[in-house]
Order: sequence, then C-alpha cells, then structure tokens
Amino acid sequence: MDKSKTFDLSKTGLTRRTALKGLAATAGLVTAPGFVRYSQAQSSAPIKIGFQSHRTGIGAAYGRWYEKTTAAAVKAINAAGGINGRQVEVIIEDDGTDPGRGAEVVGKFATQHKTDIVFGTLFSHVVIGSAPAAGEAKIPYFVVSEGHHVASTKLNRYVFQPGITDVKSQIQSMAPWIAANAGKKVTQIFPDFAFGYDHRDYLPPALKAQGADVIAQIAIPPTESSFTKYFPQIPAETEVIYHVMVGPAVLTFVKELGEFYGSNRPQLFGFMDSLEATDINSPGLEFLDGSHFWEGSPRYAQADDSAAQKAYRAAVGIDDNGAALGDPKDVSTASHMFGCWETLYVVKKAMEDAGYKGPEDRAKLVEATEALTAFAEGPEHPQGPKTFNGKIHQCFGIQNISKVEGGKLKVVHKTKIEDGLYEAEGDYTTQAL
Amino acid sequence: MHFGPHLLLAALEGLVTSAVLALTALGLSLVFGVMRVVNVAHGEFFMLGAVLAWAITTSIGGHPALGFLAALVIAPLIVGAIALVAERLVLRRLNYNPEATIVATIGMLYIIQQLALTFYGPEARPVEPPFTYRILLPWFGYSGYKLSVIAASALLLVATWLVLTRTKIGLIMRATQYDSETAQAFGIPVGRVYGGVFALGAMLAAIAAVLIVPISQAHYLMGQDPLLLSFIVVIIGGLGSLRGTVVAAVLIGLSDGIISMFFSPTLAKIIATLLVAMVLVFRPQGLFGTASR
Repeated sequence: MDKSKTFDLSKTGLTRRTALKGLAATAGLVTAPGFVRYSQAQSSAPIKIGFQSHRTGIGAAYGRWYEKTTAAAVKAINAAGGINGRQVEVIIEDDGTDPGRGAEVVGKFATQHKTDIVFGTLFSHVVIGSAPAAGEAKIPYFVVSEGHHVASTKLNRYVFQPGITDVKSQIQSMAPWIAANAGKKVTQIFPDFAFGYDHRDYLPPALKAQGADVIAQIAIPPTESSFTKYFPQIPAETEVIYHVMVGPAVLTFVKELGEFYGSNRPQLFGFMDSLEATDINSPGLEFLDGSHFWEGSPRYAQADDSAAQKAYRAAVGIDDNGAALGDPKDVSTASHMFGCWETLYVVKKAMEDAGYKGPEDRAKLVEATEALTAFAEGPEHPQGPKTFNGKIHQCFGIQNISKVEGGKLKVVHKTKIEDGLYEAEGDYTTQAL
Repeated sequence: MHFGPHLLLAALEGLVTSAVLALTALGLSLVFGVMRVVNVAHGEFFMLGAVLAWAITTSIGGHPALGFLAALVIAPLIVGAIALVAERLVLRRLNYNPEATIVATIGMLYIIQQLALTFYGPEARPVEPPFTYRILLPWFGYSGYKLSVIAASALLLVATWLVLTRTKIGLIMRATQYDSETAQAFGIPVGRVYGGVFALGAMLAAIAAVLIVPISQAHYLMGQDPLLLSFIVVIIGGLGSLRGTVVAAVLIGLSDGIISMFFSPTLAKIIATLLVAMVLVFRPQGLFGTASR
C-alpha cells in the first residue's frame, strides 16, 4: 500500500496529554464569560419564525408574494416593538412545493435553526406532508393554506390556520350566491390533489342545499400544461362552469377555456386561484369579461376600502391594480397572501397571551392560540373580521365575489361570517400536548 | 358534444402534440443515431429555447410577431451554441463513452435547470403568440396559432429530411452514423460532425419550444415531459431513424390526444408506456430501426 496516501494516526502526535488539554480547553470555553449571554437569550434574542416557503416548484409565484407580505408584516411588528419586547426574525427555507421536502424543512427548523414556530405554507399537499413532522417535533405550525385539512381535525394539535378561511367554509358561504345568480347546473373543474378534493367534496352538498346540482366533475393534474382535451367533458347543458386551478399553467388553462368557448360561454364562476399572479388583461382573456371570481382579499383597490386595507396594500407594496409598485406586470397573489400578514398578528397575540419566552413554552403557545375566539377588523386584520374556533384550529372570515368589469375586478357581494360556519368535525384540544 | 366534433378536437390536439414532439424527438434521435449518446439533458435544451424566447420577445417589444420571429431565429442559435460548448467541454472528453455520457448529461440537466432557476426564476411566464386568430367551428372554437404550429413543424421536418438526404452535410452525417471509423478513414472530421449534430439536436428541441411557448408558458421545469415523451417516441420509432421518429411522434401524439379526450390523460400515458414495453420486448430495434450490427 502507498503510505503517503493513507492517514497514519500514530504520526499525528495525538497523545493522551494533548487530548486532555483539548478537553480542558473545551470545558473552559463552555463556562467562559462569553457564553453567559445564552442564559439571557430568552429575554433579548429575537423570536425566530421558520418560514416554509414555496420558493421553487409549482407554488413559486405564491411563495414570492408570501415572502413579500411576511417581510412587510414583520417590519411593521418590529417597528412597533416586536413580540413581548423581542424583535422577530424570519428564517426562510425553500420546500420546493414538495411534501417530502416540506417535512424535512420542518425538521430542519425544529432541530437545526431551533425556530420558535414554523409558518407560512400554502399548498395543501405540502401542509399534509409536513404536519406529522411538526407534531413529532412538537413545534407549532401556522399554515396559510386555505385547504380544509386543518379544520378537518385529521392533522394534529400543533397545526393552526388562523389567518385564512378554509375551502369548506368558503364554498358553503358562496353556494347560495352561485345558485341564485349564476345557474343551477354546475360543472366543476378542479386540480387533482388535496386542495382540489376539498372543492370536489364540499361543493356538491353545498349547492344541493340551495337547489342546484353539480352535473360533472373534471379533475386536472396541477402539473398539466395543456387543457383543451379536458373541455369536451363539460356537458352541453352546463349553466355554470365552476373552475379552480393552480400551478404554473393557470394562464394557459383560462386562455384555452376562452379559445374553446369564446363569448358564447356558460356562466363562469372561478376561484381566483385560477388567475393568481396572472394579469386578467392578458391577451386571450377578454372572454372573462362579465364572469365572477371568488377573492379572499380583493386584488383591485375598491371604492369602499377601509383605512386598514389601504395601509396594508401600501405596506406590502401593491398598487391599485394589485401589482407590485413600479412593475405593473408583477401581479400579486392578493387573494391569499393577506393570510400571512394576519397569521403573524395572531402569533403575536397568542405569544403575548402565553407570556411566551422560548421553545420550552411551545405547549403554552398552543393553548393560548386555542383560547382565541375572534379577531376584529383593523390594521392587524385588514381583510375583515374573523372568528376563530380553537377546537378545530380554524378561522372564519368573509368572502368576496367579484365581477370582471372593464379589465378590473369589482366586488359585487360579500358573504357574512355566519354563512360559512359548520359543525366541527372533531376537537384537537382533546389530544395530548 | 357529439362524436364527430369530439374526435376532430381530439385529433387537432393530438396533432399539435405530435408536431412539437416530432421535432423534439428528432433532435434526440439524431444525437443517438450519429453519436450513440443518450442525451438526458435534451429536455433542458427544450426548456432553454422557451426561456430564451421569453427573454427575446420581452426585450424586443413592438408587434408580438416581430419578437416571435426574432426568437424563432435567435433562441435556437443560442441553444445550439450552448450545446456545442457542452459537447466540446464534456462529451468529447469522455470519448462519447455510452455510460459516462448518460451520467454526464444527467449532470448537464441539473446544471442547466438550476441556472435557469437562478437567472430566470421559478415563475411561468407567457409569450404572446405572433397572431391571435380564433377559428370558429360550429361546435367549438380553436386557436389558429395551434394549427400554424402543426404546419411550421411539418415544414421543418421536411427541411431536416432534405438536409439529411439531399445535401453533402447530410451525407457526411449519415456516413458517420453508418460507421464512424470508416468515415474517419475517408477523411470525414468525425469530431466536428459530432459537435455539429449535438448542436443541431439541441436546436431542434429549442425550435419546438419556441413554437409551443405561446401556447403553454416558459417555466424552468418544462423540460421533463418532452424528455420523457421524446424517449418514448424514439424507442418506438427506432433510435436514429428519422422516418420512425416522425411516425411514432404522430402515433403517440394522436393516441395521447384521442385517449385523453375520450378516456383520461393518465390512461394515455399508461398506454404509451405499455407500448414502449411491448416494442422493447418484441422489436427492440423499434418499428423502423435496423437491427444493430
């Protein structure tokens, strides 16, 4: 064997004496004055929020705007003195909009970054994939996902959705409007994964209760890039197409729908997801004029916007058309991203209620969050008032139905919180902490 | 919708898929046929074509057709140049060893994809079609641009065929494909032919992408589907056979369109993959391939 290429331990001169010296030095370092500051860490070090962001993958457009909104909210919170007198620091990890990586990211936050909470996930399959990791690490996980999975109580006690209403509630509150104004025979187009299944499962009963029917359900994979082939499945007697799509090809989806029908189309009722981060005035989308959309928070500034809504839009940096200030082509994900802002203020409230000091108080934080019941409309909750059900970890707010008019979206109907309330399907508070 | 119009729409959709697929797969097939290199990074050259088309159209402005035509010329040239550099720097140094080049092109796939992510970003961005004309049929509307893609692709395929069969360059390429050592003995600069073929293969993928990008959108992950489908087409058609590639592309495209529409898109993929397995079992050289010597 060639000795020069091997590592010979006997030659390195590691004797018992040097080993002992090393040990002593290490021990000395640990007890040295420099380390004392760690004992005060809880009172002065920043509160660390692990932000699980869809920086890449099919959710990238949302991820970017979730980051902008979060940065704006944290800036506002820090400027007003932080949480419990401590500044807030956000640590971002990309999950690639992938459930497997999502779980890894949660683990990384819990063990490596040692963040106080994990926050910010949108895509429902990532939330469902990451929730067990959060439960296992016993780290509170505040998602901004819109899916019904949190409220279904099928996840665990550490997962919360206090900033955005879930799909089941949204559908229930809008179904009366759809049945009364758009039509009674509805064909549904939805993405073929967890979030889409919420639409698939909860729309038919909600419409049935209003005397309308879902006559066809068309599932399309969120990674699909061509859509015309699905449209012949839409029955000719359809009065309303209820569409909700996600993924990088949403613009293609809507464009091809327009090519297929032109102006001779059934009524369209879409979730804004079908056009988030996409300009509704893109070429080929003219046929959308007069159609209706659900909006969580309106993309376009409305005549009756509250002062809080105006301040929120300015802080996040979006203009009256819902695009980035200075770049009218960079359209935001306004219908969802407000949830990041509001969730951070819920976290602030819960941490203050719990007298939260550090990771050892995570259980107290969970209980304090569960004790919340309502959030008043205002600078902290610019989208509108909300109630919160601590048993199912879900908030309930108002929804907007907007009409496309002259290249803008105008809110024509606002639902009430009561319209979207339903019987709880379980109770997280009975689970052990 | 009645059966007739339904079938017509399915066939149209299938032909658009076929048109783009034929061009992309032809590039893959040429590279394999002449160089015996399985180019796993082929889909990324496709993606680069689309991303560059976006960059070119947005920087030119004016009428969409202007930017689009510029993209149709410039994007493939840039992609070809990148492919040429990759061939010189990587494949040639591996002596075109089949196993090593697979690993190397997998590496290229990731490098190109991540560079696109870094410099272009994770968003899907639209490119305006050169013209928007909606053909109004009695049963449904159809994009006029999509039909023009079919025509453009057919023209390009004929042009490639003419180059391969009627020109000296084509003769040299075919000679290299037939027997590279003898070709070299007759004074054909095999190394340069390899470089040119690799660039040409990438350019064909880039052209296909520029044609499709006004229909779909430019996205850094868009290379995966075309790569998979191209492999399916090339295996069914016979590696290195131009005719086989085109026939298989039409077959796969049409069956994809028709099966997706009447049954489900998933079933279309299942059947295509099953077809590959069948071809590999019963006719390993592909439908039109010649048995290896």
